[in-house]
Amino acid sequence: MKHKNKVFTFICIIFLLITVLLALMIGSYQMTPNEVLQTFLGNGSKLQNFTIFQIRLPRTVLAIIVATALGISGSVLQGITRNPLAEPGMIGINAGAALGVVLWISSGTSAYYSALPISTVIFLPLIAMVGSLVSVTFIYFFAYKKGISPVRFILTGVGVNAGISAIISFYQLNMSKGDYNQVLTWTNGSLWGSNWNYILLTAPIIFGLAILILIRSRVLDVLSLGDELATGLGVQVQKEILFFLITASFLAAIATSVAGNIAFIGLLGPKLAEKVLGGNYRTRLPFAAGISAIILVLADTVSRNLFAPIEIPVGIIVSILGVPYFIYLMIKEK
Amino acid sequence: MKVKLKIITVAGVLLLFVGMFASIHIGAKNISAEEIYHAFFQYEDTLNDQLVRNIRLPRMLCGVLTGGMLALTGTMMQGVLRNPIAEPSIMGVTQGATLAVAISSVTFIVGGTYGNFLMSLLGAFISGGLILAFTMCRASNQSVSRILLAGTAMSTFFLSLASVVALLGNRSQELAFWVAGGLRQAGWIQVGILSGVGGIFSIAAIFLSKKINLISLGDEVAIGLGVSPKKVKIHTILYLIPICAVCVATAGNIGFIGLFVPHIIRKWIGNDYRNLMPLSFLYGSVILVFADIAARTISAPYELPVGLFTACIGVPVFLLLVRKEKS
Repeated sequence: MKHKNKVFTFICIIFLLITVLLALMIGSYQMTPNEVLQTFLGNGSKLQNFTIFQIRLPRTVLAIIVATALGISGSVLQGITRNPLAEPGMIGINAGAALGVVLWISSGTSAYYSALPISTVIFLPLIAMVGSLVSVTFIYFFAYKKGISPVRFILTGVGVNAGISAIISFYQLNMSKGDYNQVLTWTNGSLWGSNWNYILLTAPIIFGLAILILIRSRVLDVLSLGDELATGLGVQVQKEILFFLITASFLAAIATSVAGNIAFIGLLGPKLAEKVLGGNYRTRLPFAAGISAIILVLADTVSRNLFAPIEIPVGIIVSILGVPYFIYLMIKEK
Repeated sequence: MKVKLKIITVAGVLLLFVGMFASIHIGAKNISAEEIYHAFFQYEDTLNDQLVRNIRLPRMLCGVLTGGMLALTGTMMQGVLRNPIAEPSIMGVTQGATLAVAISSVTFIVGGTYGNFLMSLLGAFISGGLILAFTMCRASNQSVSRILLAGTAMSTFFLSLASVVALLGNRSQELAFWVAGGLRQAGWIQVGILSGVGGIFSIAAIFLSKKINLISLGDEVAIGLGVSPKKVKIHTILYLIPICAVCVATAGNIGFIGLFVPHIIRKWIGNDYRNLMPLSFLYGSVILVFADIAARTISAPYELPVGLFTACIGVPVFLLLVRKEKS
């Protein structure tokens, strides 16, 4: 078992490195692997330095961070709800963030163009975060009835998700074309306009929360056995569920705040990790994050280049990949 | 019980007539009852007459028909799936039609309003067939949450593809109008197809209500009483798909009517599908006609998406239902 884990860790890292290299090479300005390497060693031309360090690298790093957050969040949600199909993008968490941004943009601001002072760059993610936390709070209180039942939580989330979509589509109709396209990148998820500030902002919180969850991953194992067993083993079920719900929502909220609503990544990564590894959450969670990162970096490269110079929101690519798999799961699992 | 049923029916019919009249009467230009009468029976080519005959009347009829049919499909789905939260827009049928519309409006395979109408009909047929066949075959044994998640996944999938197409053709915002739903495009052609295709299948479906009654009690009960659940389910699917398709092709994505209308009626008259289905149709019509009036007038001269109003009632009902659901 230990041996198998090592092999998979190795494979995962290799794959991640390959996808990152591809993401750095491919674009409207093509680079060879050697050029990328030379640029990292400090021998790049001005153009190459700019392309790598200011555009492609921050974007790729952000993709990894966002995927980590969503992958772990998805894993946790699937664990506590004992529903293999639970996913932050579908139960209203990400939609809340998108709604926040939509409200902000349609209230007539112009603070969303790229070259902006740091304060405004931070402001939009902050609004998204507030939006998703509000929606999680709402879902939580509405699903609360003598304790929180995971199934009720999911169903309420799906309902809230549908309601929020209706509100968003109302605002979208009244927008100018530029605003509309900007909103589209939020509702569908996109890594457009990533910069180092976003990374500085999100990375510490996301890795902090991820480590917190990893430390308590044993509880997650116990919870997935069922409420009765978990109570029998001395776990305070309600308290622990609350803890994991909050951390998972936070992770999804922060990811959404910089990348918009990327659906299905929180489903694909954890599911594949479970398939390959099985076993307990302590080993599974890092793999869920890693596999999600591979998928997202790859999907982002595709979304940038498939129809260049038009960029498709990466969330769309992920859901085109994710849905067939999702349906396969539906059919297979009784 | 009988009296209650009659009262509800009469009240519904009255409300519907008030709504139908108001829908023709109210608008950018209010048209008096006399003038409406004039337009109906002594048609001349005046502006008012044209307005009534070619714009308000078909729109009102489309509202009546789509509202009723959406509520009817919701009722049938809930009965056959034994699942309180089934509904065409939640299950992703409407989003499939959206994809077809996006493709047609970008590629100009078939242009214009009628082209869109045809394409969405085609899209709804294909996606409706896929989804219903897929969920219905398995869904009656599956949990509510799973069906819902499947529906949400399908909608996300279709909408994603639609937005790719729209983005490439630089038409994303036009697509948003379709996603939001509404009766903007209603004309006599739509009325014709709705009442023709939709009408036939709706009536056929209502004849099925007795069997749906049995199915809703459980597969075992139905078999015990000599009804094959599989057969009834397949019939229901076959009737559902064309009804859904014409509704979506006319009105785009109008959510939640098929969800909350049957539930409210069920509260009043109980679970007998022989009464439940026609009454759902009636009250679905009432709701959509009034919602459409609201959508047209509240922020005139702009039109709000009708789906916003139905969602306003639908989401709270949905959440209450979920709260009641035993986990």
